[in-house]
Amino acid sequence: MPSLGADMEAGTLVEQLISPGTEVHRGDIIAVVETQKGAIEIEVFEDGRLENWLVQLGEKVPVGTPLAMIRAQGEPETPQPLDPAPKPPPPEAPPRPEPLPQPPGPEMPPPDLPQPEQPYPELRPRASPAARRLAAQSGIDLGRISARADGTVRYADVQAGPRQSGMPDMRRAIAAAMARSKREIPHYYLSHQSDQSAIEDFVTRANADRAPEERLVPAAIYLKAVAGALRKYPEFSGTYADGAFFPSDAAHIGLAINLRGKGLVAPALFDVGAKDLYTLMSEMRDLIARTRAGRFKARELSDATITLTSLGDRGVDGLFGVIYPPQTAIVGIGTPRPAPWVEDGAVVARPVTTLTLAADHRVSDGHRGALFLRAIDTLLQNPEAL
Amino acid sequence: MTQEEIETALIAELNRIAPDIDLEDVDRGHDLREEFDIDSIDFLNLVTALAKRFGLDMPEADYPQMDTFDHLHAYLVAKSG
Repeated sequence: MPSLGADMEAGTLVEQLISPGTEVHRGDIIAVVETQKGAIEIEVFEDGRLENWLVQLGEKVPVGTPLAMIRAQGEPETPQPLDPAPKPPPPEAPPRPEPLPQPPGPEMPPPDLPQPEQPYPELRPRASPAARRLAAQSGIDLGRISARADGTVRYADVQAGPRQSGMPDMRRAIAAAMARSKREIPHYYLSHQSDQSAIEDFVTRANADRAPEERLVPAAIYLKAVAGALRKYPEFSGTYADGAFFPSDAAHIGLAINLRGKGLVAPALFDVGAKDLYTLMSEMRDLIARTRAGRFKARELSDATITLTSLGDRGVDGLFGVIYPPQTAIVGIGTPRPAPWVEDGAVVARPVTTLTLAADHRVSDGHRGALFLRAIDTLLQNPEAL
Repeated sequence: MTQEEIETALIAELNRIAPDIDLEDVDRGHDLREEFDIDSIDFLNLVTALAKRFGLDMPEADYPQMDTFDHLHAYLVAKSG
């Protein structure tokens, strides 16, 4: 059972996609695991033959438990247990003296749940806009409101208040990771105003003659700019564990994706620096679609080396992110809006947004952070070069 | 395709992207993206799906004509009619 994030302690094996005796190859998806964040596909990391499953369908096991025996080619005896993910950093807290009483949260799906006709867990309640507005105003998580028999949540349901069964799994996972981040990581924060007209012009020109499936959104450009700046400032990409920083050569950028009233996850786009804008764009669309459907790969959750969060075009000027441990930095991009901007001594109207960086003081200082953030801005001014 | 058929198709595509939004609670004359809480990728997915379904280009330059449910419906009626 791989660790799919610092906050994960256990997972339930819900699908065995291959049977014993089958040949497997590195990258094959062999199982699906249900976690707090949804259904995660488990890839195999070596070539060989699956000897047998060590965990039964529906069984919930702690992180680190071998799921299956895979015999590598030419390996007659002592098959290796499957260990698809790099060893997670050890849990930060000393073992608790006694188990805390678990709030009676939503149950894990029953073992035989994944029906062919409904392979994805329902991630969000259907709620009327009035209900959503009230929930947002009162700070109530819609996931905590009991839906009606038809599966919808109405204004009156939100008024009635959340059910008493505690937080849903997704919120609990976010709470655990963010509490750990704020407890352990000495954040520092930087912000920088950035003129977005070069990006807007570039996107408009690039999309003018393109069919919808080939169009760009600015997020793809932000991703490339962050990856580009990381080449010069590699100390912002990596993980911090056991008192040491482990830089990553490749920029695996976690993209914060809003799950419509159910929370937020930031699965990774891999090696962003090595991909062109259009490849990145289609990978990003695929990742967002799968994430919203509640299905992503294990590596996408565990292997990000930095996070990018972009508010899109209906947000606010800027945001100060919380670092996702064991990463050491998060870049935030606000919503551009027309604002006065000084250029060549004259005031002009420009689409302006606020770029932010929250980074880990155990690894870097504000001086380098400022250079990194400026480097991102500089790259954003010349999107053609990305 | 009749206006009703186009509306049904539009509702179906919106429901795929924003299944948590009840159309009865939506102001069809108000900002589409606000009403359905959709971001730029959602909107691009919507346009991609509609362009495919109706065999249209739906260029980005026309996006201002798609700013509300009613406007988008009228746009599809005009372009595919």
